[in-house]
Amino acid sequence: MATVHMHGGIGESIKRKEDARFLHGKGNYIDDLVLPGMLHMAILRSPHAHARIKSIDTSAAAAKPGVIAVVTGELMAQHKLAWMPTLSCDTQAVLATDKVRFQGQEVAAVIAESKYQAEDARDLIVVDYDILPAVTSPDAAKAEGAALIRDDKDGQKDNHIYHWESGDKDKTQAAFKNAAKVVRLHTFYPRCHPAPMETCGCVADVDSVTGKATIHMTSQAPHAIRTVFALVTGLPEQNIRIISPDIGGGFGNKVPVYPGYVVATAASLLIGRPVKWIEDRTENLISTGFARDFHMTGDLALDENGKMLALRVHLDSDNGAFFADAQPTKFKAGLFHIVTGSYDIPTAHVTADGYYTNKAPGGVAYRCSFRVTEASYLIERLVTNAALEIGMDQADFRKKNFIRPEQFPYTSATGWVYDSGQYSKAMDVALNQLGYDELKKDVERRRKNGEVTGIGIASFTEVVGAGHGADFDILGLRMFDSAELRVHPTGKAMLRMGTKSQGQGHETTFAQIVAEELGIPAADVAVEEGDTDTAPYGLGTYASRSTPVAGAATAMVSRKLRDKARKIAAHLLEAAEEDLEWERGKFYVKGSPNRAKTIQEIVFAAYTNLPEGMEAGFEGVHYYDPPNMTYPFGTYAVVVDIDKGTGQVKVRRMVAVDDCGVRINPMIVEGQIHGGLTEGFGIAFMELITFDDEGNCIGSNFMDYLLPTAWESPKFELGETVTPSPHHPLGAKGVGESPTVGSPAAYVNAVIDALSPYGVTNIDMPVTSDKVWTALRGAGVTE
Amino acid sequence: MQVNLKVNGTEHSDDVEPRVLLVDFLRSNLRLTGTHIGCDTSSCGACTVLLNGEPVKSCTMLAVQAEGANITTVEGLAAGGAMAPIQAGFHEEHGLQCGFCTPGMMLVGEALLERNPSPSEEEIRWAISGNICRCTGYMNIVKAIQHAAAAKQAAAKAPSHAAAVAGGQ
Amino acid sequence: MFPAAFDYRAPASLADALDILSDRGDEAKVMAGGQSLIPLLKLRFSQPALVVDIGRLPDLGGVRRDDGHLRIGALTRHVDIERSDELRSMLPILPEAAHWIADPLVRNRGTLGGSICHADPSGDWGSVMLALDAELVAQSKKGDRTIRAADFFEGPFTTALRPDEILTEIRIPLAKGHAGGAYNKLERKVGDFATVAVATYVELNGGKVAKAGIGMTSVGDKNLKAAAAEKALVGREATDEVIAEAARQAAAAAEPKADIRGSVEYKKDVVRVFVQRGLKAAVARAKEGR
Repeated sequence: MATVHMHGGIGESIKRKEDARFLHGKGNYIDDLVLPGMLHMAILRSPHAHARIKSIDTSAAAAKPGVIAVVTGELMAQHKLAWMPTLSCDTQAVLATDKVRFQGQEVAAVIAESKYQAEDARDLIVVDYDILPAVTSPDAAKAEGAALIRDDKDGQKDNHIYHWESGDKDKTQAAFKNAAKVVRLHTFYPRCHPAPMETCGCVADVDSVTGKATIHMTSQAPHAIRTVFALVTGLPEQNIRIISPDIGGGFGNKVPVYPGYVVATAASLLIGRPVKWIEDRTENLISTGFARDFHMTGDLALDENGKMLALRVHLDSDNGAFFADAQPTKFKAGLFHIVTGSYDIPTAHVTADGYYTNKAPGGVAYRCSFRVTEASYLIERLVTNAALEIGMDQADFRKKNFIRPEQFPYTSATGWVYDSGQYSKAMDVALNQLGYDELKKDVERRRKNGEVTGIGIASFTEVVGAGHGADFDILGLRMFDSAELRVHPTGKAMLRMGTKSQGQGHETTFAQIVAEELGIPAADVAVEEGDTDTAPYGLGTYASRSTPVAGAATAMVSRKLRDKARKIAAHLLEAAEEDLEWERGKFYVKGSPNRAKTIQEIVFAAYTNLPEGMEAGFEGVHYYDPPNMTYPFGTYAVVVDIDKGTGQVKVRRMVAVDDCGVRINPMIVEGQIHGGLTEGFGIAFMELITFDDEGNCIGSNFMDYLLPTAWESPKFELGETVTPSPHHPLGAKGVGESPTVGSPAAYVNAVIDALSPYGVTNIDMPVTSDKVWTALRGAGVTE
Repeated sequence: MQVNLKVNGTEHSDDVEPRVLLVDFLRSNLRLTGTHIGCDTSSCGACTVLLNGEPVKSCTMLAVQAEGANITTVEGLAAGGAMAPIQAGFHEEHGLQCGFCTPGMMLVGEALLERNPSPSEEEIRWAISGNICRCTGYMNIVKAIQHAAAAKQAAAKAPSHAAAVAGGQ
Repeated sequence: MFPAAFDYRAPASLADALDILSDRGDEAKVMAGGQSLIPLLKLRFSQPALVVDIGRLPDLGGVRRDDGHLRIGALTRHVDIERSDELRSMLPILPEAAHWIADPLVRNRGTLGGSICHADPSGDWGSVMLALDAELVAQSKKGDRTIRAADFFEGPFTTALRPDEILTEIRIPLAKGHAGGAYNKLERKVGDFATVAVATYVELNGGKVAKAGIGMTSVGDKNLKAAAAEKALVGREATDEVIAEAARQAAAAAEPKADIRGSVEYKKDVVRVFVQRGLKAAVARAKEGR
């Protein structure tokens, strides 16, 4: 196999080191864990979106065979655990005490010997509810006389959570006054869900003798969770160990602390046995961190030549019953103010208001880069609409307004400092691969023939790599990240990091960084993440931050060790340090290449033959505080054909050109892009969580929440440009979320382009066949 | 009640409630945790096993329905650390990321190749259309199955070479 | 996520199964492949006291042809129909419809008989049976009877089958002359229920339509037979105009509900489009001599 023969440095597509256990069905996912004496927990959830709890009768449940305990909010309140802090500095109910505030909210929990028994008993808990009117949208939340959802919060008089602004209001207003043309788009980015194949869960094991709490948990950010647990439960932090095992997909779904984790831990503490809680799919979709749900209005001001003058955006955010967004605390709407995107727009003004509704809490998730998905969708839809309105080609209009290479580092109208970009180049590569000019002629021919067909383009700029500590923190914890590298006497290494892979291939990619910087073959570098007892503190893996931050830390710690290696090499070669040259894997004396020491020989010497006064061992740790974010970008282009009879949309081609700077493992990068483009396809065409007027959730199982199969999913044609990040030690930018950020607008722009001859300017996602049919019939097009 | 079945070549006899799902029997009674649970509406295929050689959803079967049957789970694809062609294909073509859907995908691929040694891309996509993946976008899963198909064809043509190829080095 | 407890019997013969049902049919659910029943058991929407597993009964599978009829055993799996070359040459609408049921994994377990008895208004086989004027053979301890498809589907998940009866065979009359059929299905993705689906079938005689069948899925509280549309075709030459008129009548007869998949108008129009496409395809196949 390739791995054995390749060194595995940067740029090599070595096969993944972690594959073996997964291929043999020996992955260690949370539900695979069985501990002696382990109990099983099932959670009872509210059937109502908004209701007062009058009484809970657990007696029948408690009497069922195998049941050890039934826990309610009342019991949790006695231990001050009925409420917990959220990652957005709000509070969230662990188990409901006064009211339930969304359908699916946690009300009680049964702990029993088997999961079948736990579920049988759960069915016997009787809850008496007084139903209250449900608030199911920001408009309803703002309305006169709307039910007050958070009556538990002192001073909360309405359903408004936050108001947030960015940019320059006056300058933007002035620019709009002078505009030759203003294009407006009002669009809704609907609620969707990361829906990883593995649901969330934990095994909480609190040892009553030692006081040590070991919580195995599907967590993308184990250290942050440990600190939160310490603050919430009062358990001393050194006695809390969070272990994130293999995770079956995260996509942001596994960042928040869910009530199930807290109840399982409390139950284990009280009962003295391990407690396993694994949610089922319905629980996952109805109660865990959803994504998006932004109502956005964008106005783009243009001069008479089609040059962008200003951008004004307002958004209403539907945050559900508790403000639980997993995002840096200084940003109430995440990084949405990247919304000027790839364009040189002199001034912009963004306003955002968040609202409580009777729905599950969350919003920041699903490969969103902290709301960059929403921002990118808005600007790329607005830009295509503007091009269609002024009669300019979508690509030309974009190129006319792109930030130019010589403008980098570029400070945007909302204060972002973009590190590097070559937007026109990526666009050209994409259009070339697509055969754009020929394709446009073909579109004209087909349309003359009565066909409905179109081309959509999106040129996104992302912002990832959170982030510089002064600006980025989660509950105060600065968003640095870490790498600890230890090399054993025989030249094999152990790398531990503060991140946590959920399938992104960290065991391979980060070994490659060490292989490049220190010359130890990737096959000889074991990578560990996820055990807070051993891994250095980090803020976890989400928002495409692992390569920009922990990857940088890995490079830095490798370089620190390379410095130590130089000193040892000088000692071994009896030469001066400045007379030595480094060639990946060895130091040699300048001019005498035969006088060399390999890194393995050097490492061995660190334990056996050190220079006088030097500390033994060969290890180091680096905590990296990124100086800036990184800005991956790209151009995606989609061709669609529409069935006039049914409104079905078929993606004929999808070209995706990404620039994520230096690619450490191109094979892994492409895999990430394929996955994100498919999730973007699902979001554009079929994924939806919606609610009826009573707050009943539609989209809480896989019959209703639709995920694309291999049959519907398009085939992707990938291309690349490489524009390194000037401030990242490796020039790498991160890429995991680019495809979900950039692709939905590309898909939807293609449909809008196809329908533009009929005067259609918008269809909100998901663009389902009935919506397309309605647009066609409205224009008199039928079969 | 008593259920008797063969799993990965080994006979098993156990006493189970009729309501126990086959997937829970495999995971809890037999401690074969390579078969996964991804949903509660029989929609995702993460629980796929081979029942007498054909892929089925083990979450949509009672253990007692498998009376007398031959079940193959991912653990039965190859012994020890050796890799069957389908596993080698997934490794070589980066057909997995988080690995959760992978056992199901490989078993479907395996069954497909038994029936159709040289499937087209369309046939592959149709065969796996009951298995959801969120990580890979399916592109490399298709390549993985094509890789396995080619390896098996090569092995069939050159038996002495087959030992080396099928061993998945 | 797991069924509530139930009694379970797996009788060794059809006679044993019928014995059990004559005694406890009222509190029992008969299970063949279980692809419809088990999901309901898991969500606890169905909590029968007894499940009678007929999935391993011998002699309830197979496809036979006797004079004038295709006889398909009730336990024939969807996949067996999908892959049958014999059926593809005799009655291609059958493998075509089978191909679109659920997903490949479900088709490896689910059965023709089970699906028909489940009588989901969004089920595919019911519409095909209506279009083909199939006859369904029900056996009980008291005796056998044959029920016409048009009389079999009574309402959502409700059939004319008595609690003591098991559907054992599906009989489809075979055309003497040229016949053709087609199944068109609109689904949001593989595995979803049909938004709308239509089975169309025609027999031609001397260039004119001698017999027509149109069955509709997901547009009523059961699979619907578009009787008026069928009548509008019989005795006529299958021109574009005649087909378009039949399609309009079928759409008018459909009774869809508005839901997340679309409005009433949308679904009715897809019926119209599918009847049009389906009849054209059926006529073309009939003329080809298939």
